[in-house]
Amino acid sequence: MSEKHSVTVTDPIVQVKDLAFYYGTSKALHNISLDFPRNQVTALIGPSGCGKSTLLRCLNRMNDLVDSARVEGSILLDGTEINTQSMDVIELRRRVGMVFQKSNPFPKTIYENVIYGLRIAGVRDKTVLDETVERSLRNAALWDEVKDRLHQSALGMSGGQMQRLCIARAIAVNPEVVLMDEPCSALDPKSTARVEELISELREKYTIIIVTHNMQQAARVSDYTAFLFEGVMVEFGVTEALFVKPRHKQTEDYITGRFG
Amino acid sequence: MHIAREIENLKKRVLTLSAMVEESFDRSVQALNRMDGTLAHQVIDADVQVDQFEVDIEEECLKVLALHQPVANDLRFIVSILKINNDLERIADLAVNIAERVLDLQKMERAPIPFDFATMSGKVHDMVKKSLDSLVTLDPKLAREVISLDDDVDQLHHQTYKLVIDQIKQHPDRIEALICYLVISRYLERIADQTTNIAEDTLYLVEGKIVRHQF
Repeated sequence: MSEKHSVTVTDPIVQVKDLAFYYGTSKALHNISLDFPRNQVTALIGPSGCGKSTLLRCLNRMNDLVDSARVEGSILLDGTEINTQSMDVIELRRRVGMVFQKSNPFPKTIYENVIYGLRIAGVRDKTVLDETVERSLRNAALWDEVKDRLHQSALGMSGGQMQRLCIARAIAVNPEVVLMDEPCSALDPKSTARVEELISELREKYTIIIVTHNMQQAARVSDYTAFLFEGVMVEFGVTEALFVKPRHKQTEDYITGRFG
Repeated sequence: MHIAREIENLKKRVLTLSAMVEESFDRSVQALNRMDGTLAHQVIDADVQVDQFEVDIEEECLKVLALHQPVANDLRFIVSILKINNDLERIADLAVNIAERVLDLQKMERAPIPFDFATMSGKVHDMVKKSLDSLVTLDPKLAREVISLDDDVDQLHHQTYKLVIDQIKQHPDRIEALICYLVISRYLERIADQTTNIAEDTLYLVEGKIVRHQF
């Protein structure tokens, strides 16, 4: 990656090198190179169809589920290539968790939702499970609101609570990276503020990569921002610098709403 | 309304204010050159309008910040305009101060101007003009020229100080008028400082770097 498009990241946890991605014959990502800094929040921004969600989903191989998808180039997680036959994809997704646009709690109790990952990993020790539930819900800033109804259905929660439950479920398995795809787009301003606050707290323990259409949100929650356009990474930099004085006209035009 | 249109509107208002301020300054200089009380009064009377314009522009900037949350170029534009707006209003105030001193001088015994007023006011006029042009055309070269002119004006004011002291020693009876002239020289020097601020904020707007306290 040329200096012109990027800043140097000293301690990357995920290193994307010359990543190209195809849906059939259509090329969705064009040779993207990008280092995601450890214990920082990186936002991916860009117009619809620019490839930001595709890039996000490459990072824990969610795109494996798409027929006709093809990846070229390399993605290193802590120095280990993830796009290999020998990579245990289940383990990869434990290490690189994901929170989606629409909260997707399972039709189970709050408690069971949080420990779902541990259950399928075969953990039975009740003390471990109880501790995990409390720790995860506390970290997701949800414990005080739900501690008296852990064994009630998760589907009775508010939208904001459900999204924080999904974050709790993602962090219950001790991931290293948490991917978030538009985590607040279905939430009201108050719940959004809650989740944003949570994101900046989570950064202490996890690396967060967030896709958002909300430019102000990217500016508020992230330390680094990458701007993608038509599958190309146009600019990557410290968020503050990118939003005050972007280096590229395309970035400037996009973030100031003067696109096209 | 789209932010681009809000910014266009703001630009127009700042241009109008700039023109008003430039006129006030030029008139105050003329008033002194001709010892013209009518012109001095015009400068003083025009200030109400300048003040109102300044308030309107500030409110407009706050509105854009609140409603559009500008970023990048737009953000730097609004922040620069907020500050430049202030500088412009201060220049008009200083022009009013010059006009007031003209009125004071009219009441005193005539004393020749103890310093090269034409050169100094000419330089300051140049700085006012260039700083406003740099803002309008977003020209960093012009902005840097303004900043480099500031030292000359400081130097001239320093000379005035010495000249006035000499004159006071020679003509103690003219002390009131001489002090008046010293103060006018000081106003010119302050106006030059304000134009330097405008140039610095223009540089920030164009280049995104804060260059204050570096020159």
